[in-house]
Amino acid sequence: MTGPVLAVAGLRAYYRTSAFGVRREVRAVDDVSLSVEPNEIYGLAGESSSGKTTLIKTIANAFQPPLQVLAGSVVFDFAGKRFDIHSLAARELAAIRWKHLSYIMQGSMNVLNPVRRVRQSFIDFAFRHIGGPLPEFLDLARKHLQRLHLEPQILDAYPHQLSGGMRQRVTIALATVCQPQFIIADEPTTALDVVVQKGVLAMIHEVQRALGSSILFVTHDMAVHANLSDRLGIMYAGRLVEEGRTADLFRNPRHPYTAHLIASLPQLGDSAPKQGLAGAPPNLADPPEGCRFHPRCPRASDICRREVPFLQGASGHRVACFHATAESVA
Amino acid sequence: MSAPLLEVDAVSRVYSRGSLLSRRSFAAVDGVSFRLESSRAEIFTVVGESGSGKTTLARMILGMVLPSAGAIRFKGRDLSTIHGRRARLEFMQKVQPVFQNPFEAFNPMKRVDRYLFATARRMTGLTDASAIAGATDGALGSVGLSLAEVRGRFPHELSGGQLQRVAIARALLCNPALLVADEPVSMIDASLRASIVNLLRDLRDRLAVSIIYITHDLATAYFISDRLLIMRRGQAVETGEARAVLDRPQHPYSQLLKASVLPPDVPSEPGARLKSEPMIRHGASHA
Repeated sequence: MTGPVLAVAGLRAYYRTSAFGVRREVRAVDDVSLSVEPNEIYGLAGESSSGKTTLIKTIANAFQPPLQVLAGSVVFDFAGKRFDIHSLAARELAAIRWKHLSYIMQGSMNVLNPVRRVRQSFIDFAFRHIGGPLPEFLDLARKHLQRLHLEPQILDAYPHQLSGGMRQRVTIALATVCQPQFIIADEPTTALDVVVQKGVLAMIHEVQRALGSSILFVTHDMAVHANLSDRLGIMYAGRLVEEGRTADLFRNPRHPYTAHLIASLPQLGDSAPKQGLAGAPPNLADPPEGCRFHPRCPRASDICRREVPFLQGASGHRVACFHATAESVA
Repeated sequence: MSAPLLEVDAVSRVYSRGSLLSRRSFAAVDGVSFRLESSRAEIFTVVGESGSGKTTLARMILGMVLPSAGAIRFKGRDLSTIHGRRARLEFMQKVQPVFQNPFEAFNPMKRVDRYLFATARRMTGLTDASAIAGATDGALGSVGLSLAEVRGRFPHELSGGQLQRVAIARALLCNPALLVADEPVSMIDASLRASIVNLLRDLRDRLAVSIIYITHDLATAYFISDRLLIMRRGQAVETGEARAVLDRPQHPYSQLLKASVLPPDVPSEPGARLKSEPMIRHGASHA
């Protein structure tokens, strides 16, 4: 295995509506390229309305109009076979979903059927991919739960009998039971308390290392990224503005937005005031010309208002800024 | 010695559920006590996981829910003795809420400035349009906005951070003595969060408003609060001077809470801090 599991190239996904002759276009994902290697956790960070969710929806090919993919490609590589996800037929898509490409979603309450036992959710999602007699499948599910340090009796529980953290763990078990190569995790710990959050993250980390799969982990919480992600991409207003190894990004943030995000993180034990960033994220229906960050950027100059900076840089640390901080020599 | 600003005296709130035959009761808040002095403005923080009774406590302090046992006294007056429109308005003028999600707190079909004008008219007794506009502009000024920026705008035209500032400005219009802020930053983007937290601190120092800050975020709690109360399942497990409590938590739950906060820097080895400890793994496994 050498190539990346996921290669996204020049992806543009816009929401296009037209009502009473008024056309509106929201450029939620604009020219995003990234790749995810085997056996790594790729973190995707950005504030709300930065296009994170739109990006993962298009990556999973789980979207409906008015969202449209205008350009670019999303190619998965599962065991040497290439899948261009936007040109697959519905049947082929159904065959790779869950088996190769699975999801951990935010609202675990919405994933598990509230009126059926957890066992039924396992059967609905995974049985057809694994096949064989049903009792054998349930044995496998029990073993899988045990491996994740969950009680096998959970299969007989209803979702409302489990706590929020427990339900989230069940959805992780559900997403990993087929041992997929690629897992998309959309804010899986955002609704949880700090104590439960740490346990759930530990479980995601453990299961990723055990299966050797890749995870695209989306959250706005930079502290979670610092502790979990191998590589990190920062999105701002629909564009990827910086990407690199998490440690490099935290030690030497090159884009002014990343630098601000990291500097403004509240840390237990701080008593000096942190500065907020002036202004607000741009409206994606009418984004500013040039670099989309320039109205809020302390380093903005003329060129930032006119031209769009490309994501570039050597040694895997790429940044889209005309005034990026120099790369560290270390 | 004047009466304390707020005295929460062994307050409990019991909710019961079930049918006539199988009644089950559950204490959302169970015997919590604390007091805020009127001599100095302070930020009193209530920390706890979800379901620990933080919000129920806030609703009782705001007089929206009456306690099942115990009493809450604001400037010596028991909240359960407030009856009638006049007394109620007088109380509301002094104790103002700021809610978690500003987009839910404002009606999306209504212009934001109308809330401000209506509050000014009702709470400050001003009738003259230019005086109302002046008072509104003053309140917006103290949160770093101006009336010109907000006039005629709908909630969706403002960012979450701006809208939360407007919500705080609305509360400040009445010159309150106490703000009850229930998770005021948890719905706000990281790049704007710091400015709201700084604003709360600034209000305490400049306008001498006491603030009850309810949160689950220990880092901001450490940063702005004077005193702190940690709640778990309705009970106060630890209270005291905020930094002392967070630097050296005594109760096992407080220690667990502190240990669970992920520091925002990269560990030497990826995932080093995510070794799951048995206590954490089973800590939340109750249904």
